[in-house]
Amino acid sequence: MEKFGFTISKGRQIDYESNNRRIAEYIFENEPSFRLCFECGGCSATCTTANFTGFSLRELNILIKRGENDQVRSTLKKCMLCGKCTLVCPRGVNTRNIVVLAKQAFQKSDEYEI
Amino acid sequence: MSKHVIVIGGGVAGLEVAGQLSKVGIEVSLIEKESKTGGHLNNWYKLFPDRRNSSEVKEYLNGITANNGINLMTDTTIEKFNRSRSCFSITTNGGKELIADAIVVATGFDLFKSARKEEYGYGIYDNVITSADLEEMFRKGEIVLTDGSVPESIGIIHCVGSRDEKVGNYYCSKLCCVTAVKQAIELREHLPESKVFCYYMDMRMGGAFYEELYREAQEKWGVNFIRGKVSEASETIEKKLMVKVEDTLAGRPLKMNLDMLVLMAGMEMSAGGEKVAGMSGLKTGENRFFAAADNHFGSNKSNIEGIFYAGTCTAPMNITETISHARAAFTEVMEWLRNGKR
Amino acid sequence: MILEGKKAIWNDYQKEIADDKYYYVRSCVRQNFFPGSETAFLKIMREELKKDVYEHPCHTTCTGIGYHGDIVPVETTMTVVARQFAIMTEAGYENLLPSCITSFGLYTEILDTWHHFPEVEEKVRRQLRKATGREFRKPKNLAHASDVIYKFRKEIASKAKYKLVNKNTGEPLKVVDHIGCHYAKMFPSKGIGGAEYPYVLAGMVEEWGGNVIDYPERRHCCGFGFRQYLVQANRGFSVACSKEKFESMKPFKPDMIITNCPGCPMFLDRWQYVINEMEGKRYGQNEEGIPVFTYEEVAGLVLGYDPWELGLQMHQTDCEPVLDKIGIDYSPEDKYNLKIIPSYSESRSLINV
Repeated sequence: MEKFGFTISKGRQIDYESNNRRIAEYIFENEPSFRLCFECGGCSATCTTANFTGFSLRELNILIKRGENDQVRSTLKKCMLCGKCTLVCPRGVNTRNIVVLAKQAFQKSDEYEI
Repeated sequence: MSKHVIVIGGGVAGLEVAGQLSKVGIEVSLIEKESKTGGHLNNWYKLFPDRRNSSEVKEYLNGITANNGINLMTDTTIEKFNRSRSCFSITTNGGKELIADAIVVATGFDLFKSARKEEYGYGIYDNVITSADLEEMFRKGEIVLTDGSVPESIGIIHCVGSRDEKVGNYYCSKLCCVTAVKQAIELREHLPESKVFCYYMDMRMGGAFYEELYREAQEKWGVNFIRGKVSEASETIEKKLMVKVEDTLAGRPLKMNLDMLVLMAGMEMSAGGEKVAGMSGLKTGENRFFAAADNHFGSNKSNIEGIFYAGTCTAPMNITETISHARAAFTEVMEWLRNGKR
Repeated sequence: MILEGKKAIWNDYQKEIADDKYYYVRSCVRQNFFPGSETAFLKIMREELKKDVYEHPCHTTCTGIGYHGDIVPVETTMTVVARQFAIMTEAGYENLLPSCITSFGLYTEILDTWHHFPEVEEKVRRQLRKATGREFRKPKNLAHASDVIYKFRKEIASKAKYKLVNKNTGEPLKVVDHIGCHYAKMFPSKGIGGAEYPYVLAGMVEEWGGNVIDYPERRHCCGFGFRQYLVQANRGFSVACSKEKFESMKPFKPDMIITNCPGCPMFLDRWQYVINEMEGKRYGQNEEGIPVFTYEEVAGLVLGYDPWELGLQMHQTDCEPVLDKIGIDYSPEDKYNLKIIPSYSESRSLINV
């Protein structure tokens, strides 16, 4: 191949059609309150981890729903599961459980269970 | 002495104010450009927030306008307008001249013409429809694509013609968000297998029980909400509609394919209202709706004594607000007839 | 797709295009990219359509590349443009005909700026006077060269030797029309058909027998973007833009692409080679690329001009698949034979003064 000195950039568009939303489906099934998030960001504001790392539970919620699973997987483990976010949520979403279920879902998907 | 009031427009506001006036013995002429009264209500299926059938409101309005001798003039438009002191004379398209002691303008709104948002392809791509088209489908009980098949994925674009400098409308039409939520629920009811996506800039759920309906849409009906303004729609080779939107909450552009796209057309000053404004000297605001004499305590008053406003000819309103506004207009007219008119 | 809807929009966006007596300003880069195009344009205008198209040797770049590359400040750009107008005025012409889309966009933008801010125009006039002693009148008509070919598309069709039709199947060729961004995106009302459903190239394709493809990424930029391309490290973004378009148009099986911008045909052509080198991907049929043309080249082909005189050997994505489909008579062995000299009589002396 010719040496061009550059490579073709990867798009950063979310391609909804080609994304897989089985992680989201698993959470919807086991924690229906996940549907209620309206992305206010209260969880991230109070989050200990968010204040020291790039972790954002609000963003995580949306990325799971869009099927951007690689990004979710890499940030998920930053959560310390303290549960403070659950205290704040104005829609009564069981936020802590979403993290727990997301971890479960990834494990199940690795084991081809979902 | 009997007084005569002309009400221009036979939609919700016009019917309400005509009904109230006739009830207390005022002689009322109700002018309607269409062949029947009811206005936009005739095209609606169920109403937010409680999703009652729109016919119930029509029945109420028919009830209050029956039996009190309202002079109903359908298929009628106003061609000439004159004012001498505090008397008004109107000549209709039929050449009839009416003399009145007061006028209530209830010319309502027109739905934004969605084809003006060229990028959404209304009138160009099959299966791009408006909220009004969808209501018609609901009334027929048949939600189908142009090829007769049932849509599996449906997108709803909020703010079509509202909050949009490009079409000259800075204002929020206020009702489209809740209409979108209502229609999203109804789509899921009619088509349980379908996926529904709402693309919104802000969810403006300001009315009573609107937020609750929004919550229901998420919780019970699994409607997907994506925060971002759709920039364009186009057609794929499979005749699906590809939309581009920024998922602003993910901070990433997003594209997806849909079977059907519903445009939440906003509200604009009606063409009929503009005609009345043109011949009467009634003032309009920057938003092109009729300008009320005072935004707080004179929303029914105009810049001309003896001419009053009722309903959405002054601003976007829902039916509850329109009926309240029409009743307030009734109070203002009575005050004028009793004490104001010289 | 509902054609009536598109036609309604096309009717909404029509513009006045001068009939004759044009002052032609060339593009900086087109003569390097596809040198046959402007020559073919002049030949068509002068010899086929018998129009008066005037060029002046003292006209310069409009500085569009420098302006969009953040190198030339806008006031300098305006003064240079004012000088072009002055030379046009001195030559006794008032219909400006730019070859370049970015020039067209820039002239439109400047005229619009002066319309809204007359004090800026006054300042530019003073600057030009001080620097060169010249005065100018603003053009009475400003049309891009593709607008003019659009205007005369029927005349060209009436003289055509070939149609954009597959001679074996009798089917119209499937053509992707790609419009330069600066044609109508900045000023939709200045483009035929507007910005969302441009008709300028589609009208030519239709008239000459082809079918236009409406594919999802048709509005997307080719990725040229001046500075974005000029810096080598940024070219990955540039090529990705073209790739997005190719991926989107591929299912429609296009026979060819027609463009009206200096950069687009260059990039849509060359990037097909680059993508194939990097990823082994091709977007045309039979493991070929999708041939890319300028509208002048297409007009020339339709009129029966020799492909190599049109300079089609300068394309990196081979044009032969389209030539064969149309049934154009050409000599494969002459492709790189530089002895072939364009037989354009008048336009051989490229500048007419």
